[in-house]
Amino acid sequence: MLVYILKRMGLALAVAVAVSMVSFMLIRMSGDPAIALAGENASSEEIEHIRTQYGFDRPLIIQYLDWGLKAAGGDLGESPYFHLPVKQILGDRIGVTLTLGACALVFALVISIPMGVLAAIRPNTWWDRTALGIAVVGQAMPSFWFGLILIIIFAVHLRILPVSGSDSWRHYVLPTITLGYYATPAFMRLLRSGMMEVLSSDYIRTARAKGLRWPKVLFKHALRNAVIPVVSLAAVQLGFMLGGSIVVESVFALHGIGYLAWESIGRSDLPVVQAIVLLLSMIYVFLTFLSDILNAVLDPRIRMM
Amino acid sequence: MKKVLEIEGLFVDLDLPAGTLQAVQNVSFSVDQGETLSLVGESGCGKSLTALAVMNLLPQSGRFRAEKMEFMGQNLLGLKESGMAKVRGNRMAMIFQEPMTSLNPCYTIGNQLEEAFLQHRDVPSREARERAVYLLEKVGITAAASRLNQYPHQLSGGLRQRVMIAMGLMCGPALIIADEPTTALDVTIQAQILALLHALQKEFNMGLILITHDLGVVARMADRVAVMYCGQVVETGLAAEIFNNPKHPYTRGLMDCIPVPGKVEPGQKLGSIPGIVPTPIGNLHGCLFRNRCQYFQPKCAAENIALIALGPGRAVRCISEQINS
Repeated sequence: MLVYILKRMGLALAVAVAVSMVSFMLIRMSGDPAIALAGENASSEEIEHIRTQYGFDRPLIIQYLDWGLKAAGGDLGESPYFHLPVKQILGDRIGVTLTLGACALVFALVISIPMGVLAAIRPNTWWDRTALGIAVVGQAMPSFWFGLILIIIFAVHLRILPVSGSDSWRHYVLPTITLGYYATPAFMRLLRSGMMEVLSSDYIRTARAKGLRWPKVLFKHALRNAVIPVVSLAAVQLGFMLGGSIVVESVFALHGIGYLAWESIGRSDLPVVQAIVLLLSMIYVFLTFLSDILNAVLDPRIRMM
Repeated sequence: MKKVLEIEGLFVDLDLPAGTLQAVQNVSFSVDQGETLSLVGESGCGKSLTALAVMNLLPQSGRFRAEKMEFMGQNLLGLKESGMAKVRGNRMAMIFQEPMTSLNPCYTIGNQLEEAFLQHRDVPSREARERAVYLLEKVGITAAASRLNQYPHQLSGGLRQRVMIAMGLMCGPALIIADEPTTALDVTIQAQILALLHALQKEFNMGLILITHDLGVVARMADRVAVMYCGQVVETGLAAEIFNNPKHPYTRGLMDCIPVPGKVEPGQKLGSIPGIVPTPIGNLHGCLFRNRCQYFQPKCAAENIALIALGPGRAVRCISEQINS
């Protein structure tokens, strides 16, 4: 198990370095940072001055190493817009996004696990079809549109929840539903098909032949096996949610890093955009690592790999 | 001898898109203490479904009915699921064909063995662990105590089947149903597992229903045999009688398929039964073997053929005079 964890950790680090490199290059390729910093009416001398002042004239690889080593040490540079350290700006905002992501994931799992299990043990009944219907609608609806619908119903007409902002837990209800609902169909369908496959497997028949009662067969023997692929998917989905929260945070004006990224792109605040891309990809890599470990805990066969 | 299991008039139907498949039709048999009854027949003849019906573990598309189904003096018909669960794994255990997939990959074999015991006995888990170690040693597994912490994927197929047997024995059953227990194993391991089953059966004086398509296994293990074809028992009798003097044309056909050293020359073609098994959907009438039978006569198609008693415990489902003379 320890060997497995170390192996996975090494792999995660390698992926993290590669991802940081790619994200750095991509953002540099999307525009000249010196022009962006100097503003629209700057003269070519001013642009050149900024280019040398910020070191944009050095080879790209040197710039990456300079930025990467500082970032590894926790120094993400300074935002030319706020004139504040990027680290501080992100620190103020990341809590909102993580809260939203975690709430949305929990919401999605709480909805989809019971629905997926029920759909699997009662296939082709009205319940299964209802679950399928909810899944199809959830998959097909763009989250910004679903968010607006929720705002119209609950904030404008019923007036029971706030439209936007991030001051209290009530502000998180609609964004959580919007973001979580988007992930629900994938969990539900994966769990349904996994559960159906597991329930028809030989070891479930063995468990029943032992005289075990149905709940024990279902929750001890079937669910543990069926939930393994869901764990992997949950890590990927949570990553998507953090990225996808850019849309949801903008719709609900939640001051998380998604909203910040959107604003910063508009302001050409490259150090902030750069740091957000790095942060999200690191979270993503970490989640994948976490799901690998969790799967190894659930399934002893994985520990051998 | 005390009867462990008595089945009369068992029918199993499977609901398929094409119609209702009459998988088992009017099957009757009984098993005594310490006795081995072998259900023999080719794939799809209904032998496994017969066993699953007795355990009430039929797949969702299946349902059964019977005139009588008595186990250790207890009527199993009309038992609710909770009542049947008390019998399963307790007084009646089942061993399956596929040891590679019959154990849950996520739990240690100790966990899976103990849970069978703890389900039916109100004992501390330490006692269940001791019982598991005792039975693993009984089924010939060395270092039993440390094996309890291993996972199924760490064991070979033969070892897993031994674990399955130990699991069946946890509660000291009166009847073991073994469904093709050696089909998935190497030939050398097969012999070991069969010898083990036989020895344990004698030691604990259990009834054993051995389901197989392998006549070699039958010859080695069975006291009595019921040959099944297309959902029906076509011949029953003591194993020795069936092997020495097979009556039903189907049984004879099966015997001709076996190469016997000395009798069959190298290069000589083995016997085979022409034609294919009919699918038992819709209105069944007459002898189901008639299309493949060399003794076919018009009567065979006209009427349903009953089992004809030839002696105590010996019967055949055939009306041909050549057979019964």
